[in-house]
Amino acid sequence: MKRFAPFLLLVILILFPLLVRDDYHQHLMILVLMWVVIGAGWNVIAGYTGQVSFGDAAFFGTGAYTAGLFATKLGISPWWAMAAGGVAAMAVAFPFGWICFRLRGAYFALATLALNEVMRHIATIWEDLTGGMVGILIIQTFVSKVPYYYIALALAVAAVIGVQAVMGSKWGYYFVSIREDQDAAESLGIDTHLYKMISLNIAAFLTGMAGSLYMNYMGFIDPEVVFSLHDISIMAILVGIVGGVGTVYGPVVGAFIMVAVHEFFRTGFFGFFKGLAALTGSQAITTLAKYVMQAHVLGFGILVVVVILVLPNGIVGDWKKITGWLPLGGGRRSAA
Amino acid sequence: MEVFLQTLVAGILKGGLYGLIGIGMTLIMGVMGIINLAHGQLMMVGMYITFVCFHYLGIDPYFALLVSMPALFLLGVAIQKYTLNPLIEVESILPENQVLMTVGIGMVLTEVARFIFSSDYKSVQTSYSSSSFFIGEISFSLALTIAFFIAVAFTLFMFWFLLRTDLGRSIRATAQDKDAALLMGVNAQRITILTFGIGSALVAAAGTLLMPIYYLFPDIGGPFTRKAFVITILGGLGSTVGAIFGGLTLGLAEAFGATYIGMAFDDMIGLVIFILVLIFLPSGFKRITKV
Repeated sequence: MKRFAPFLLLVILILFPLLVRDDYHQHLMILVLMWVVIGAGWNVIAGYTGQVSFGDAAFFGTGAYTAGLFATKLGISPWWAMAAGGVAAMAVAFPFGWICFRLRGAYFALATLALNEVMRHIATIWEDLTGGMVGILIIQTFVSKVPYYYIALALAVAAVIGVQAVMGSKWGYYFVSIREDQDAAESLGIDTHLYKMISLNIAAFLTGMAGSLYMNYMGFIDPEVVFSLHDISIMAILVGIVGGVGTVYGPVVGAFIMVAVHEFFRTGFFGFFKGLAALTGSQAITTLAKYVMQAHVLGFGILVVVVILVLPNGIVGDWKKITGWLPLGGGRRSAA
Repeated sequence: MEVFLQTLVAGILKGGLYGLIGIGMTLIMGVMGIINLAHGQLMMVGMYITFVCFHYLGIDPYFALLVSMPALFLLGVAIQKYTLNPLIEVESILPENQVLMTVGIGMVLTEVARFIFSSDYKSVQTSYSSSSFFIGEISFSLALTIAFFIAVAFTLFMFWFLLRTDLGRSIRATAQDKDAALLMGVNAQRITILTFGIGSALVAAAGTLLMPIYYLFPDIGGPFTRKAFVITILGGLGSTVGAIFGGLTLGLAEAFGATYIGMAFDDMIGLVIFILVLIFLPSGFKRITKV
């Protein structure tokens, strides 16, 4: 059963737009798939290689701006930027990694945070190129959401398979050895700097592609959206750690849960509070609903705290622990 | 020349406060080996406490230090005891779990502040907020000067505390070698809790001292966390003397940048310095001061 689960999931995902026809749910699924790609990228550099990145938005934004600039400045279809966005993100990642991989652990994490801020400032200040705070607006190619859905699905599947392939290769073992003990890896003759660079560039490429997809799909970006620390960088970390650090399918689970949580707050528990307010006519509940709808960052913060304390390896990584809590599965498992 | 001197003064005054922020960060850094990414957010909480004291209770910001510092000490103790220390026992793949945790805590603090006070800008308008005095042609902001001297007093007190008291010695011992400190009978867990409390109290002091001349909104924590980080990197990680130098350098760099390059680049300057330090002086001023 477990072996066929990914195929089953894939079939369901392929059939999804045929079964669910309303735009809203298709939109959510496109976001989920986009987050799978970003989460997979984050997982390579942070989950497998152990270099926690707080700056995924730098790569995401670079990819998005590449697509936007292709359309506005060069007049080329932004779809070409799907690959170019990934390459552009790598062009950012390369010098950054070159300098900052001399830092370890938490210091590297902070350097990525700084990169995030630098990129956002550049996009804001360089108005001639990026339009500054005004952002970039392009006309979307398709009216229907279905083409975007399949493009996002293809990208997500490619990302997951790609990550799986890399992690099964020699590179993957090098990455994990760097995470487990960098000095030991170095003493065994692994060029840790080189492999950290490779890992970062894989992550940047995937995240940049997701950024280009975002530009193509949403049609509008500005520095605050695509270089956002909370909505992109922290969300990427959450997708990684909620799903499962260092697992192939962790980002898939994480992306689904995080988009759901995000929507859950944004819609006020799927309209629960609004309905309740209408039902009781209470002013207090209306106010509460307003607060709840703004609380998604608070929800994320609490989620970070709880997940790290209770499920440090995420849902996929700590699956045995979760089944252990359930009265049925746990008993059998421990007996076996 | 006048502009130059004026900028120099402004930079040094600001740098004194930055030093205070940096010392709190570097203490936590030294003892626990982690970067506290909620540092600016703790400062933001201290600032809101000052704001409430002034606005609703009519307490002068300088007396509000007596409220904000103990309050933040307790908050820091609670954070360390109930969220960060339990993580040491939790088995996980990522070694940076504690850092991620501080990010989560920072987000929660910011959003709780937004809930209570909304996103509006707040400020504390005291009678001396905008008054200044002159020495020669150079003007000194009264509030900033007082803040600078209080910050220097706190810094000197911290040195006395770290060098002369038993508790201070235990903190330094834990920072140097946790296992050895444990063998010498230092309760390392208690020390980490106290250190986080002290670090939080110091940053709260900096926040309170800034309040008469600065504005306040929930998202102010992030930029100050980054500043604190730049200061600690500049000073050399875990070095207390370095943190003071780092604070002064950042204060001066920001002041000169604002005067000679442009206000829009205010935030960029710290980040550029950060990258330059990483390339040319990876261990910060620690390498020069050796402390």
